[in-house]
Amino acid sequence: MKKSLAFLLFGLMFFGLNAQNKSDLPNITLKDLDGQSINIAELSNDGKPFVMTFWATWCGPCVKEHNALSDVYDDWVEETGVKIFSVSIDDARSTAKIKPFVDGKGWPFEILLDVNKELARAMNVNNPPHTFLFDGDGKIVWQHTGYLDGGEEDLYQEILKISK
Amino acid sequence: MKKISLLIVFVLGITAVYGQDFLKKSKVSGSFQMDGNYYWEDKGIGITKEDINGEEFGAYGFGKLQYQLGNFTAGFRFEAYQTTPMSGFDSRVKGMGIANYFATYDDGTIGVTVGDIYDQFGNGLVFRSYEEWTLGFDNALRGIRAVYRPWEGVTLKGLYGKQRFYWAGYGENVPTSESRGMVRGVDGEWDLNSSIASMNNSKFRATVGASFVSKYEDASTLFVNGEELVMPQNVASYAGRLNLGYGRFTFSTEYARKINDPSEFNNYIYKDGQELLASLAYSQKGLGVVLQVKRVDNMSFKSNRLATQNDLDIGFIPPLNYTHTHSLPSMFSYATQPLGEMGVQFQVNYTIPKNTALGGKYGTKLAFNYSQVNDIKRDSINVNGVNMLNQPGTKGYTSPFFAVGDRMFYRDLNFEVEKKINTKWHLTLMYINLYYDMETIENHPGAEAVEANIAFGEVIYKINRNNSIRLELQHMWDNVGPNHTIEPGHESYYTKRGNWFAFLLEYTIAPKWFVSVADKYNYGNPIADNRDHYITGSFGYIKDQTRIAISGGRQSEGLVCVGGVCRTVPASSGISLTITTSF
Repeated sequence: MKKSLAFLLFGLMFFGLNAQNKSDLPNITLKDLDGQSINIAELSNDGKPFVMTFWATWCGPCVKEHNALSDVYDDWVEETGVKIFSVSIDDARSTAKIKPFVDGKGWPFEILLDVNKELARAMNVNNPPHTFLFDGDGKIVWQHTGYLDGGEEDLYQEILKISK
Repeated sequence: MKKISLLIVFVLGITAVYGQDFLKKSKVSGSFQMDGNYYWEDKGIGITKEDINGEEFGAYGFGKLQYQLGNFTAGFRFEAYQTTPMSGFDSRVKGMGIANYFATYDDGTIGVTVGDIYDQFGNGLVFRSYEEWTLGFDNALRGIRAVYRPWEGVTLKGLYGKQRFYWAGYGENVPTSESRGMVRGVDGEWDLNSSIASMNNSKFRATVGASFVSKYEDASTLFVNGEELVMPQNVASYAGRLNLGYGRFTFSTEYARKINDPSEFNNYIYKDGQELLASLAYSQKGLGVVLQVKRVDNMSFKSNRLATQNDLDIGFIPPLNYTHTHSLPSMFSYATQPLGEMGVQFQVNYTIPKNTALGGKYGTKLAFNYSQVNDIKRDSINVNGVNMLNQPGTKGYTSPFFAVGDRMFYRDLNFEVEKKINTKWHLTLMYINLYYDMETIENHPGAEAVEANIAFGEVIYKINRNNSIRLELQHMWDNVGPNHTIEPGHESYYTKRGNWFAFLLEYTIAPKWFVSVADKYNYGNPIADNRDHYITGSFGYIKDQTRIAISGGRQSEGLVCVGGVCRTVPASSGISLTITTSF
């Protein structure tokens, strides 16, 4: 039993090796607000940097961060072409509420639903808010946990560093 | 020995052929968290040496390591829980070891996982395995899972395994109280818009799904009230779901059913369980409205028929009500009632547009929320000529589907206004009206329900780009006044009753430093001895993905709830340190 399990493991690794995996994005499928399946490994922003931020409706600092990002988003996009993917880790309690919540707040980000924290686990997110900055190739260049008022400015400085 | 050398040859072989690739494509990542507590005696809030029981130190930590190579991922999590009576964790969580390990291959079409599995079918009504570190909750399924996506928009899943139960072994020779049945499940989902070309860009969106889950436990007969009852070996459950969207409207629903499943939790009745969840939402930029309803009837579904509390749940019953995060209303959080409940939830989010009289320069955000949860109606059934309700060995009761039970468990009406006044000032105001059936939710027989009004206000002043001050004020008016007469023996129900006042003052230097001081004062408690201040101070530092926080002071008794599952934390006094990081 143990032996066959070990072989299975190595077999899986062997297959893994043959795949192209240049980015830090895991092969996980989540849904967007329209119920469409999105493969995270295929996320990109046409070679420009993008942000992935984990949040939840019950997380006060997360909502603050999103409000702050929403206020400056148009300027950031104009200046750097950056894109924000916002990943909700709310469970089934709130799945149906996310779309009206996000629209009601007027947030312009692309929202993904991580209902059982599959992506959060794969990305080693312990607590929300947790924000990642990816370069155009999907490599993590910066990450930050927590949000303190004004923290979005530091994210912007990091974006400026990699967008020329 | 021969096996091991065979393995070594195999590994060396791969390394030799793919050595370069191995190094380039391998990726190791992980995360770490540790919470340490030191508790001390505090006669002011009734914490004596006996309560602490010589266990002043509590420490809870985990470390997770993950290895990725292309489509292959493997990892494990080491956990250590050194619980104490003051920490409020279930004492069975105490222990340490590798609690979780897994290996996955997923190329987007086919996926296989062996080891500890976290997954959810639909809304999780018939299957959800997940973990909540803060609750000490983990029901990961140890076994095997396969996912197959034959064409765009179609996902098929199958899984098989045994749930985690604290530190209990997975073999056959575990005591009855720690044994778990095998859980087997299949799920299918079809997203019509992705698979049908003509629907790709349609305004009409549709997804359908169905699942089937069964648990198998050894045959047994149990004596309940002197009567011998035969327990079913297999208990099946199934669910169907539908998600429809048209333009700005979305309708989603899921219905689940479970066949006879007598258990300690439902008092050994053989009635089928059922659950319905439905939501209707409308949303456009600046306005979101959602109405949700649910009905739960005898839906506790556990992999050990003797399990009680939150142990070994196979299905998940999502609560629908609003999750309060402010310290006073969150003392009265609702916990789902798997035996029966009917709930409704209505929420509106609206942003008054920018550059209008009420919207000002930045717009004004409004939120309204109403939720109510009642019991279901139960009618007695006729057994051998006698009318009875909820008798072991019977079908228990009948329950008309659309009839709402008289007893209200919880009601919450709240309204929030949030306004950025200018670049310096930010204001949030909230009003909350709560009804909380303490007798049912906290299992305190004879306890009076809480009917409270709570006002909340928060103002943030931004001194400059990095420095901000935040002040939070809260007041709660309880229906129990300071002169309330208390029935003998019910004193423990009043530890958090009566009026409260709370404040929090925080200074932050983004993105790294925060310091805060807070007080909760139960000045209106009917028991003079309980009119206590709960003063705490916190200090923290964040560097990128690492966060270190120290806090000290008094913690009031309360429920820590995540996703409808709660843990009771006793009042305590002490200091705590939290470190969290990832790499």
